Amino acid sequence: MTADVTARRAAPAPRRRGIRPGRLISRILICVVGLAFAFPFLWMLATSLKPTDEVFATGTSPLGSRLEWSNYLTAWTAIPFARILVNSFLIALVGAAITVTVSVLSAYAFTRFAFRGRATLFGAFLATMVLPQEVLIIPLYLMMQELGLVNSYPALILPFAFGAFGTFLIRQFLLSLPADYEEAATIDGAGRLRTLVSIIVPLLRAPISVVFVFAFIEYWASFLWPLIIVNDSWMATVPIGLQMFSGERGTDWGPLMAAVTLVVLPSLLIVVLLQKQLQQGVSMGGFGGR
Amino acid sequence: MTAALDHAPASAPAAPARRPQRTGRGRPARWPAVLYLGPGMLGFAVFIVVPLAASLVISVFDWPLLGSPRFVGLENYRYMLAGDPAFWRSLLNTLIFAVLYTAVNLAVALGLSYWLMNLGGRWAAFFRVLFFIPVVTPMIGNALVFRLLLDDDGVVNALLAHLGITGPQWLNTAGWAMISLVMMSLWQGMGYNIIVLGAGISGISPTVLEASRIDGAGPVNRFVRVVFPMLSPTIFFCTIMTVIGAFKVFAQPYALTEGGPGNATNTLVLHLYRNGFSFDRLGYASALAWALFVIVMLITAVQFSQQKRWVSYDS
Repeated sequence: MTADVTARRAAPAPRRRGIRPGRLISRILICVVGLAFAFPFLWMLATSLKPTDEVFATGTSPLGSRLEWSNYLTAWTAIPFARILVNSFLIALVGAAITVTVSVLSAYAFTRFAFRGRATLFGAFLATMVLPQEVLIIPLYLMMQELGLVNSYPALILPFAFGAFGTFLIRQFLLSLPADYEEAATIDGAGRLRTLVSIIVPLLRAPISVVFVFAFIEYWASFLWPLIIVNDSWMATVPIGLQMFSGERGTDWGPLMAAVTLVVLPSLLIVVLLQKQLQQGVSMGGFGGR
Repeated sequence: MTAALDHAPASAPAAPARRPQRTGRGRPARWPAVLYLGPGMLGFAVFIVVPLAASLVISVFDWPLLGSPRFVGLENYRYMLAGDPAFWRSLLNTLIFAVLYTAVNLAVALGLSYWLMNLGGRWAAFFRVLFFIPVVTPMIGNALVFRLLLDDDGVVNALLAHLGITGPQWLNTAGWAMISLVMMSLWQGMGYNIIVLGAGISGISPTVLEASRIDGAGPVNRFVRVVFPMLSPTIFFCTIMTVIGAFKVFAQPYALTEGGPGNATNTLVLHLYRNGFSFDRLGYASALAWALFVIVMLITAVQFSQQKRWVSYDS
């Protein structure tokens, strides 16, 4: 009787829910992989709460003798953390906004105007997608020095706002967008720019957000250029602030890991907030989804 | 090459030859094109074309950070090829790094994204986000965490000791330092390819997969016969970008190993940076930049010329 009831209750379940043993093993395994992958972050978090002199003495134990919250205070006050976070967000926001604006305008021109040399110009422009920016940093530095812009926002933002990726991606979408809409609007008397802003841009919301997100992340994580062009903590971006802090107290692991944690958290926030754009974006045609 | 890149990642149709545009009001059409193209092409010229040309010019000078440059002809290039052993070492290191990093990155990212697709739904979404986190966290932070993990007395060696293994000096012996560099970079960068490849995989028509399943193909067979060929343009794109990224590797050796021990993990861009901004040799650094440029272009061109062998664009 009992067996009967159990059997009746159990029998249909696997078929309907579709949990085969293979799938269960697969899920357990991916959790193990995920945990191993997250381990550096977990260890960072654990270490950020240890007294520095116990960091290596505690071996594999995640906890020290006490929770050293003051590490966070040390990290927060050793470098102007709030200012640095604002710098990074500002630079990434403005940089991404410029990238998007310029990309939309260029993509529009490359698809909706016929002019001589269009294909050649676009080809040359596109080819720079594979040009390592590292090749350009020395002339760029000398240029900024000449203009008196070393250690300034324009120097941090402008040189990398004109890459070809955004134009390329948005152009792909414009090519598949029939020109009829705009022609109708133009005939109705709306100016070209107004047509672009009020009719085309809304239709391009998806690729625009992808370009924005990728530009934002690139600015946010950029290291080499800020390392060269920034020379005080007041203009530092997050990676440079961290670099300065580690340069000063490279083995003070407690506060150091607290500082890294403070930097990882906003990055985590960015990934979670923008995950939709990241995941859908790449499938939209820019990266070879088919 | 350009045309191929233009076409490769796109599912959109190739550009139709547009008829000369109508303004409807008989205005000359050339004007607005300049207006719209202006900002982009001005920035392109000022921040890409001019610096590229300028770096070639600077490379034939002895150019200190302060003080006046002196023309030296091809001396910087001669020194690079014949006088600077650190150049060859950093080039070799960069090649080793690029090969290891690209091969493992693509293999693991491909495997993981295929696995995640089979898991499906929220599981896939969650793990894709997890794997992407280190891409966004600043490299210098990631490197600091790995310096902590891989310290001689760090947790990795402590864990190995539990298993009765005496861990190596990860960051202070030549071979292990390179392996540590690759491992950290993989952890850092793989999430990007997982997302891109995942998008490619999810774009494969389910009916095709279903058909191959009905035909009796197991997961491995299905991967080799169906998924891989259909995904080959995406894989090609990822390979190109990953190789280029590998040749630009800088922050990882800068922060994790400082190029050491000795020059064991010195890379081209780290060598370039040090010559330019530590040793005050901007001219020589520019010659190194051009070497990097030429090498990256050559390797990318070779990859494009080989793509016919394994990349199929017909669905």
